[in-house]
Amino acid sequence: MRRRAHTQRLLASDSGVTIELVIGAIKAVVIVLLVLGLTTLMLWFERKGSALIQDRIGANRADIFGLGKRLGMPNFGVINTVLADPIKMFTKEDFVPDGADRFLHGLAPFLALFPVIITFAVVPMGDILKIGKYEIDLQPANLNVAALYVLATIGIGVYGIALGGWASNNRWALLGGIRASAQMISYEIAMGLAIIAVVVTYGTLDLQQMCRAQGGVWFGFLPRWGILLQPVSFLLLLISGMAESKRVPFDLPEGESELVAGYFTEYSGGKQAVFMMTDFAEVLLVAVLITVFFFGGWQVPWLYRDGFHFPGGAAWLLPNIAVAILQFVAFWIKVIILSCLQILIRWTLPRLRYDQLMRLGWKGLVPLGLLNLVATAFVVVAAGGK
Amino acid sequence: MPQWLFAFLAALAIIGALGTILQRNLVHCVLGFALVLIDLGVLYMGLGAVTVGFLQIIVYVGAIMVLFLFVIWLLNIQADTGVRGGASLSLKLVGALAAAALAAELFVVFSHAPKLREVRTIAPAFGSVATLAHVLFSRYLIAFETTSLLLLAAIVGAVALARRLAGQSAEVAAMPSQPGSAARESRREVA
Repeated sequence: MRRRAHTQRLLASDSGVTIELVIGAIKAVVIVLLVLGLTTLMLWFERKGSALIQDRIGANRADIFGLGKRLGMPNFGVINTVLADPIKMFTKEDFVPDGADRFLHGLAPFLALFPVIITFAVVPMGDILKIGKYEIDLQPANLNVAALYVLATIGIGVYGIALGGWASNNRWALLGGIRASAQMISYEIAMGLAIIAVVVTYGTLDLQQMCRAQGGVWFGFLPRWGILLQPVSFLLLLISGMAESKRVPFDLPEGESELVAGYFTEYSGGKQAVFMMTDFAEVLLVAVLITVFFFGGWQVPWLYRDGFHFPGGAAWLLPNIAVAILQFVAFWIKVIILSCLQILIRWTLPRLRYDQLMRLGWKGLVPLGLLNLVATAFVVVAAGGK
Repeated sequence: MPQWLFAFLAALAIIGALGTILQRNLVHCVLGFALVLIDLGVLYMGLGAVTVGFLQIIVYVGAIMVLFLFVIWLLNIQADTGVRGGASLSLKLVGALAAAALAAELFVVFSHAPKLREVRTIAPAFGSVATLAHVLFSRYLIAFETTSLLLLAAIVGAVALARRLAGQSAEVAAMPSQPGSAARESRREVA
């Protein structure tokens, strides 16, 4: 009798663990699929957006059996970017140059992409979702030192680029790899200072807690978003984040007018596509970090756990599931807007010179970040924070 | 941390360490070392010191090992050509002494370590940022500040040295060696 009760208890706790595992797996799959999907979407934005900016038409040819044309649909180049190009790239010959370090040459693209993808594991995509008796935290991995985790994975990201340049046995590639690692290490400092200032402001390293702290309003109507507390950090993170993603105006590691294509000169087909995906995933990552730190993460203005409470007293109560969906959608809309902002900047500015890049990083952003950090610390202590 | 995970990580650390000392190509050695450092970071996290584990990865893997790669590339250190018996007797002697000292140190540490059955579970706040910061800025404040002063002095010294060197030599630096450099050189000689 007693044994049976024990077994039942075991089974019950076992199924609880299993459901936790299933929920965790679903969250992991959702975030990875979202990131890969949005990366492709960014690629399309980049194509058509740059065409728009430069007064070109852009991709508008590929079609499936002429279906779109027969139905009279305008061709926006979606099939070009989402289907035709990946198929072309991944079926191309995978060329490894003579004398290259074959192992590292093959490893490098994935060493570049992997840290960026795993960083998304700590991204809070929403508050609590209640299904039955389960309360699901819409953050794939709830880590209480998530800000440190982000800095660690971004730090590891240098290796793929640097080794890709070195292993190619090509001097342009090597120069690109060296440039990339110098640039990324330099701008990581400014990035770290920006993130630390935010951490000091909220008194936590937990991204979910930061998002929660940005709920509510000031003066009855203004959302308590971080950008109003830390505008300098926002600029620092935007600039250093763009430098981390190695795109114009910080694309010296690629520098096609001097270095052929920089660190990926000797890459073709699928591996080159992985490098390209890394860049876009980094754009997305920077947008995600800025959203979480400065634009309230999943917070929708005036939306609370039980529904909207507009300034002036009007309220519109919503069930938990609607609130969770709204938060989730709001988060990704903010991310897409910030990614588009980065694409806009990328197609607006020319490339910096290398000395300008280093001067901006070390003499501009780092001192600014230090000053901002000290000022933040003073204000937090004066305000009686922890 | 489950025991199988610890065993796996420990084995990985040893493989990485062997890779660091046994490989000919210096870049591969550095990667082996980076693997060891990441692995140690994960081990720290598994043992409850989460903050220290992440700091280990940020500082050592994210910054210091990249500088190692830089130095290897910029100083143009060639891969070991495979000729053995190059190390002199004095080098071997010093190496043996250092290894013996390390072994003695490990022996002392392990013999003073608490027995496994006396080990108590750690406090829940152990290894958190708050605990770590509290210890660093109260009990070890002087050591902490002295270390940061020392690092500052090192930075200033490095900048001063680099300035003088930059003023003196206008020599164009040689290209760093890459996997196929030796072959490229020999081809050039044939031509």
